[in-house]
Amino acid sequence: MTRLLSASATVLAIALAAALAGSLEGVRTVLAVAVPYAAFAVLVLGLSWRVVRWSLAPVPFRIPTVCGQQKSLPWIASSRLESPHTTAGVIGRMALEILAFRSLFRNTGSRLERGPRLVYREARWLWLAALLFHWSLLVILLRHLRLLVEPVPTLALVLDRLDGFFQVGAPVVYLSDGLILVSLTYLLQRRVRNPQVRYISLFTDYFALVLLGAIAVSGMWMRYFARADTVAIKQFAIGLTVFRPAVPANLGDWFFVHLALVATLAAYLPFSKLVHLGGVFLSPTRNLANNNRMKRHLNPWNYPVKVHTYQEWEQEFHDKMAAAGLPLERP
Amino acid sequence: MSNPNPKPEELVQIGYQPPSKDWMDPSVEFRKGTFCYSALPKNLNYLGLPNAREWQPFDEDWKLPPDWKQIILDGMKERLEKYRSFRLFMDICVRCGACADKCHFYLGSGDPKNMPVLRAELMRSIYRRYFTPAGRLLGPLAATPLAGGRELTEDVVKEWFYYFYQCTECRRCSVFCPYGIDTAEITMIGRELLNLIGCNINWVLEPAANCFRTGNHLGIQPHGFKDSLDFAVDELEELTGIRVDASINRKGAEVLFIVPSADYFGTPHYYTFLGYLALLHEIGLDYTFSAFASEGGNFGLFNSHEMIKRLNAKVYAEARRLGVKWILGGECGHMWRVLHQYMDTMNGPADFLEAPVSPVTGTRFENARSTKMVHICEFTADLIHEGKLRLDPARNNRWTVTFHDSCNPARAMGLLEEPRYILRSVCQRFHEMPENTIREQTFCCGSGSGLGTDENFEMRMRGGLPRANAVRYVKEKYGVNLLACICAIDKATLPPLLEYWVPGVEVAGIHELVGNALVMRGEKPRSTDLRGEPLVELEAAHA
Repeated sequence: MTRLLSASATVLAIALAAALAGSLEGVRTVLAVAVPYAAFAVLVLGLSWRVVRWSLAPVPFRIPTVCGQQKSLPWIASSRLESPHTTAGVIGRMALEILAFRSLFRNTGSRLERGPRLVYREARWLWLAALLFHWSLLVILLRHLRLLVEPVPTLALVLDRLDGFFQVGAPVVYLSDGLILVSLTYLLQRRVRNPQVRYISLFTDYFALVLLGAIAVSGMWMRYFARADTVAIKQFAIGLTVFRPAVPANLGDWFFVHLALVATLAAYLPFSKLVHLGGVFLSPTRNLANNNRMKRHLNPWNYPVKVHTYQEWEQEFHDKMAAAGLPLERP
Repeated sequence: MSNPNPKPEELVQIGYQPPSKDWMDPSVEFRKGTFCYSALPKNLNYLGLPNAREWQPFDEDWKLPPDWKQIILDGMKERLEKYRSFRLFMDICVRCGACADKCHFYLGSGDPKNMPVLRAELMRSIYRRYFTPAGRLLGPLAATPLAGGRELTEDVVKEWFYYFYQCTECRRCSVFCPYGIDTAEITMIGRELLNLIGCNINWVLEPAANCFRTGNHLGIQPHGFKDSLDFAVDELEELTGIRVDASINRKGAEVLFIVPSADYFGTPHYYTFLGYLALLHEIGLDYTFSAFASEGGNFGLFNSHEMIKRLNAKVYAEARRLGVKWILGGECGHMWRVLHQYMDTMNGPADFLEAPVSPVTGTRFENARSTKMVHICEFTADLIHEGKLRLDPARNNRWTVTFHDSCNPARAMGLLEEPRYILRSVCQRFHEMPENTIREQTFCCGSGSGLGTDENFEMRMRGGLPRANAVRYVKEKYGVNLLACICAIDKATLPPLLEYWVPGVEVAGIHELVGNALVMRGEKPRSTDLRGEPLVELEAAHA
């Protein structure tokens, strides 16, 4: 509980500091200009550094976790996606993993009943919430292109239309906004209420969820309630992207809160568990083909080791082997 | 302290509610029945491993080398640079907990540190303290519950020992992890690090030392191997009336056949061994055993990557010396993890061998064209499919069979259909266990990776509970009385497990059932199966 509270307090402190800084004439420019640039730089450099670190570490052995029938005899159907033996199969497996969270979809819950009887049931809420959260986040990020690029890319316009399909409220309520709130709430309550998950949760686990939630809430507050001046925001945002930053006076407190929290997320991401967004592509148990016996895998640091040779072995057991009538290299 | 051998009804009082003690507290109670004894100095010395000494896990003083901490940290650094898996798995876990109740040790013990995520956190907390930018920046300040780091202390070493030898490296958790984080990788590296300061268990190191010296885990010397083989040949003749020819170290044979040593020394493995002999005689395969490569298994896998390579080297060396064309491998679990995922990389290329072709069916085993080693279930499935065997499945009518996918053939190889195809061909009553307990989701026997020793009995029974539970389900539903499997450790440790949780179900290898069903040319009328038990229901089945 301490960890959840301290994570929430940290996020709240950042938000309050941002609101305060946004209202102070001199500090405002720093927050609006220096902080986003710095955070973005940390994100790009930090993430690259992480990916380079991983890439520099070799993959000495081909160790896929095989989840289906191997390719062996021609009359046995092999599982192309769960036990891929070709590159296309691996790409398919990775696509399923990254786009549909295949492995999480397998999730089961277990219960020990009298008897004893261990029973398992399907437990897909975690999968559903995780999938909704990640896809909503992606849609929301892409929707933001509306504010960053002029003319607005078609992708952003189309997403906007689809996301606001239900035409509820004014401004139109986005589906992704609702889903991200629901999914984040589910994930946070699960972390708090499930005793096992609570036990393993660290400060950073709560911090990431609360921070993402606060970003979503502050953004929605701007759109639906504070009715932020989107023209001013867009003018400011485009100024940042072309390195001619100008800070209009009418951005509003909530905008600074939102901006500061996003900057925090960006700078925090490379140094936290959130780097899974890059790491998932590199996982050797998923992105390697199960073709181990078909094609030799090379280990760059394979080194000679001390072995017990046949000659040493025969020498030790020579007489016993001779007596038993076993063939010998040196009779 | 509790009873060293608790009864099933006591053992099953499992609380899954985590304790109030924070997991970052490393203190461990070494309770009898839940850990393995230390490796004997003679075994460490024979293998040239560091810090050989007399000690036990329950001792206060583990007699670690003075610079143990630096050794561990240096060892971690080296491995973070050598294994992408290790570095990545230290970095990207989000602690979603999907793995938590996928581990048989967690299901059987309720100990939160047996959740794969926490087992890995035992290592990650050290990683965060010593190897991340925040950890290095904050120093000791990073070793707080809030920062998620821990100081590396002797208590942490003891905790690592306890929990890294309470993981069977079965990789079930990895199936469910959204990033494929494989606890086996972490456990393997954790054990390597412990090994650097001489904290290892005898049940791993003694077989490894034996294997290095004599060629097999059991320490059977060449003439002893010959005796075992001769005995089996005699016994098979008594059972079938046919005297098979089984050669040892014969140069120029077409195929080198390598089996786990338990097959010719353990029960019920031995009946599978008889099955191999009958089968390979019947099809007239030109093969030889080797008394030097008299072990397919590789306890190096449970010690270090280097030890895998040291023990595995003899397979290709012997194939080259004997001048065979390709290699056939018997029923064994972790043996096949090594042969399938490590051997070619470590000790290949096997360019002196030929891509395996079955001389009986002409089938070319394309899937083994580089490694040149074929699993006997692949080989036999092909024989049956091509109609090369005369089988009388009614001879197995004593049994109602289910199949336990051994962890490594399932999750390292994907050898799922071959054994099932064989089983359906050689016995008439076969029923699967529930689907989330078989195939890639199979549950471990609870005694793999070198933990199958008697002093670890309680933890083995706990770890085996999910497997036994699924067996019990099919026993009650279909009357299953035989659990077939293709792993030597399974065959050694499932019988006591089932005796404990599901009395009345026996354990057999696939090729024991093949040997029973196989109608050999010129055989005498069989009155018993390979176990010497009378055949039952034979007439009813023929009628």
